[in-house]
Amino acid sequence: MINKSWWKILTIILLLYTFIAGLLIEVPSLDILHETIRNLFFHVPMWFGMMVLLIVSLVYSISFLRKHSFRADIYAAEYAKTGLIFGLLGLITGAVWANYTWGKPWSNDPKQLGAAIAILIYAAYFVLRNSIPDIDKRAKVAAVYNIFACAMLFPTLWIIPRMVESLHPGGQGVEGNPGINGSDLDPTMRIVFWPAVIGWTLLGVWITTLKIRFELVKEKRISNE
Amino acid sequence: MNKRHKILFLFIAIVVKTSAIAQGVNPAMETKEDLMKTGGHIYIVLAVVLTILAGLIIYLARLERKISKLEKTNY
Repeated sequence: MINKSWWKILTIILLLYTFIAGLLIEVPSLDILHETIRNLFFHVPMWFGMMVLLIVSLVYSISFLRKHSFRADIYAAEYAKTGLIFGLLGLITGAVWANYTWGKPWSNDPKQLGAAIAILIYAAYFVLRNSIPDIDKRAKVAAVYNIFACAMLFPTLWIIPRMVESLHPGGQGVEGNPGINGSDLDPTMRIVFWPAVIGWTLLGVWITTLKIRFELVKEKRISNE
Repeated sequence: MNKRHKILFLFIAIVVKTSAIAQGVNPAMETKEDLMKTGGHIYIVLAVVLTILAGLIIYLARLERKISKLEKTNY
């Protein structure tokens, strides 16, 4: 049991570390942001987690198209669902944070708009997938659409918001990638930020594996009836 | 039963460990009451978020056990 679930224990440890260190470490004092910079350990990992989960979903969709295993279709759909939940949580937490730092919850910032569009594109994935009763057709159409949806993530979240002026870090005129190699991230914050990203992402994977197992049991029960 | 004990043990270990870490931050504090009220009452927030995290993880672990049981049943 331990051999199989070591990463779940790692998830718990990393999240405990995130909450404890995230609230207690000394953060640089900045204008406007003040203590809210600690949201970096909770709001930003939602988006990192979403990216990982949606890319895993894409991999399973491609795997379905190559091997026609219905298991892969279920994997792809469940990873996309958890990814969507992470995205929605990112959007909501971002709105709360923005309300107190940028003045209003929604300022039509290019990254906010891009994230909203990306989430709607993924919502359409489920509308499309659930609207086709034929299992074979459903899996195939959903897998093809998922490739399109994942391809749209990159322009909406990473390319367009960086080409125009943005309230988010990394807008027009900023050198390098602020999330990964930017020198503007304080080193003490970095030692909490990356474990936070891994911890939250693993939590998403954990939830997804449970949902997949549930779906597989359901599928088996239906085919046995 | 054994698994339930393990989860309970893990929870106790987490609670003990967090209070140990929290005390490590300020050894001058004598009672828990005093500790909770230092640093702009941040430890109260910490207690709340850790309770939520513990609750969610216990919920997830129990859900996992139920699904494992379902997977083992033959029908």
